[in-house]
Amino acid sequence: MDIKSIPIKRLSTEESATFDRSTIDYIQKAAAHGLYEIRGLGAKRQLPHFDDLLFLAGSLSRYPLEGYREKCVTKTVLGTRFAKKPIELAIPITVAGMSFGALSANVKESLGRAATELGTTTTTGDGGMTPEERNSSKTLVYQCLPSRYGFNPDDVRRADAIEVVIGQGAKPGGGGMLLGQKVNPRVAKMRTLPQGVDQRSACRHPDWTGPDDLAIKIQELRELTDWEKPIYVKVGATRVFNDVKLAVHAGADVVVVDGMQGGTAATQTCYIEHIGIPTLAAVRQAVDALEDLNMKGKVQLIVSGGIRSGADVAKALALGADAVAIGQGILVALGCNSETYVQNGEHHSALEGYDALGTAPGFCHHCHTGKCPVGVTTQDSVLEQRLQPDVGSRRVRNYLKTLNMELTTIARACGKQNVHHLEREDLVALTLEAAAMARVPLAGTNWIPGFGGR
Amino acid sequence: MERLIAPLEFDLAKLPLTEMNRFLHQELDDGDTRTVTVVNPDGAHNIAVGLNQPVKIEIHGHAGYYAGGMNKHAHVTIHGSAGTGVAENMMSGTVHVKGFASNGAGATAHGGLLVIDGDAGLRCGISLKGADIVVGGSVGSFSGFMAQAGRMVICGDAGDALGDSLYEAVIYIKGEPKSLGADAQFEPMTDADVEALAGLLDRAGLDHDPKSFRRIASARQLYHWNADANQEY
Repeated sequence: MDIKSIPIKRLSTEESATFDRSTIDYIQKAAAHGLYEIRGLGAKRQLPHFDDLLFLAGSLSRYPLEGYREKCVTKTVLGTRFAKKPIELAIPITVAGMSFGALSANVKESLGRAATELGTTTTTGDGGMTPEERNSSKTLVYQCLPSRYGFNPDDVRRADAIEVVIGQGAKPGGGGMLLGQKVNPRVAKMRTLPQGVDQRSACRHPDWTGPDDLAIKIQELRELTDWEKPIYVKVGATRVFNDVKLAVHAGADVVVVDGMQGGTAATQTCYIEHIGIPTLAAVRQAVDALEDLNMKGKVQLIVSGGIRSGADVAKALALGADAVAIGQGILVALGCNSETYVQNGEHHSALEGYDALGTAPGFCHHCHTGKCPVGVTTQDSVLEQRLQPDVGSRRVRNYLKTLNMELTTIARACGKQNVHHLEREDLVALTLEAAAMARVPLAGTNWIPGFGGR
Repeated sequence: MERLIAPLEFDLAKLPLTEMNRFLHQELDDGDTRTVTVVNPDGAHNIAVGLNQPVKIEIHGHAGYYAGGMNKHAHVTIHGSAGTGVAENMMSGTVHVKGFASNGAGATAHGGLLVIDGDAGLRCGISLKGADIVVGGSVGSFSGFMAQAGRMVICGDAGDALGDSLYEAVIYIKGEPKSLGADAQFEPMTDADVEALAGLLDRAGLDHDPKSFRRIASARQLYHWNADANQEY
């Protein structure tokens, strides 16, 4: 029998792991522009995360609670160490600090209204405090950042808590950034900058250096507010164990630890993807630091960076956090990366806007351009109308409500009458990395890498 | 009415600082212009921070960090030297240091006038946001770093990198800066500069010829990202 060869044109499609398509794209962009890429949101690479942990719920050895009806407390108190007026939250889920400038005034108002309805806090950002935010948010945390844009004693007095920002998870060691297209007249005025300037804010505080100085700075804020308001210290997750200890020594009431999945409105991609440690590793180190100082429960811990679901919240709490803060999840709830935006009750396609940015829903990280097709991260007078406070506040409220329901139902399954009773004992890890970072045993074993067991 | 004019004296050797600050925040009347004397400050930090009334505060001795910090309306005089961050983030009023000031004097101040009769340390006027600073002596390195608005007068010399990454603030200097920072440049003095400078020197009670000063402002080359400029972004 004759075997005839059939001519097949074979396409060579062997992709290099080292020089894969995204690497090729990166190199060629660098070659074309001679500038590093700046973008929004957080780390996009695969990282060990809360998904790599699982709960061991009640069974024979533990007793579960009925998932819907039995009481499960979510009340959370922050700032009990020194402040005369601690913050009392109805749910342990807060809205992370995001600036007016990065976000529109409509978004800030949406966040404030939703947070007020659910009994939680919002936090200002690099742009100072807007009346929209102060008026809509019953409990508002006021950030004291290196740039001190718009920072003033009246707003300090108007705030319910003060957060001294040392760094953020997306860019530990880097300062804020707001490109010129977002510096409209109002933003420029609030920040005392020329309109349209590319604003690169400082990465270090102007009036103190190091932890000993920070202690005096915190004392100044306490003196200024007659010791009424809790003082938070926020760090980007790097040397978390040491940084948390130093923050506690400096007198923080609350420490906020933001892991590398935390978002930003604009930062160099090389920071976002290559600086800092994952939230999962950070939360464990932070809790270790508090336990080492015997300050667990005296100084509260807020964890942020890639918290998306009620399960994520429950895992953070089980690892020892007192509360979480959410930024990107809330933006997504508002419509970030959605195909449509809602105007007067009707959905409209935003696809053209994504197309103009050279991206598509699901992939967009173009917050830095100020041309957000769904009106969330923009200062453009037309685009910002695409997110109406009524729609925005309802979406954020629903999202936070869902998370809280998930959190409590998981807590009940684990037999807890209070979400703060979730503990490390309730967790196992799916991967070696997660087991080592969170220091909980690999599922089905007693083995914690580096700490024995089998 | 009698209470308004009754002078007040706080002895920090006897009264905790927190008590004095609380009194100054909560017990003064609106528009109170009394003179408040502070004795035995002994270098304490955070003396008279967050004032909100046009009182006159006379501090007899040295002050620690952040004296007169975030001041609004008040007129604070330190008859001694001041630590780091004197008058930081001041909004209005005046802070007058009769001696020397440490690092970060007048940092991020939005308004008001800070006068330092002696020298100031590093980063004087860093991130200045609209206040005026007059230094009778010299300033350390990185003074006026990223200063956004306001005026800074230096009657002596300056350290390295004066006015680095300046925005719209203007610096007047009589002596020599060791070096100028990125994007800072000397510019000719206009009549308006001479007039403004004369006013500031007069308010500070310093006797210098305004025409003997030079003006430093931003070249505005760092305002926007520029791929072609070989800058150390």
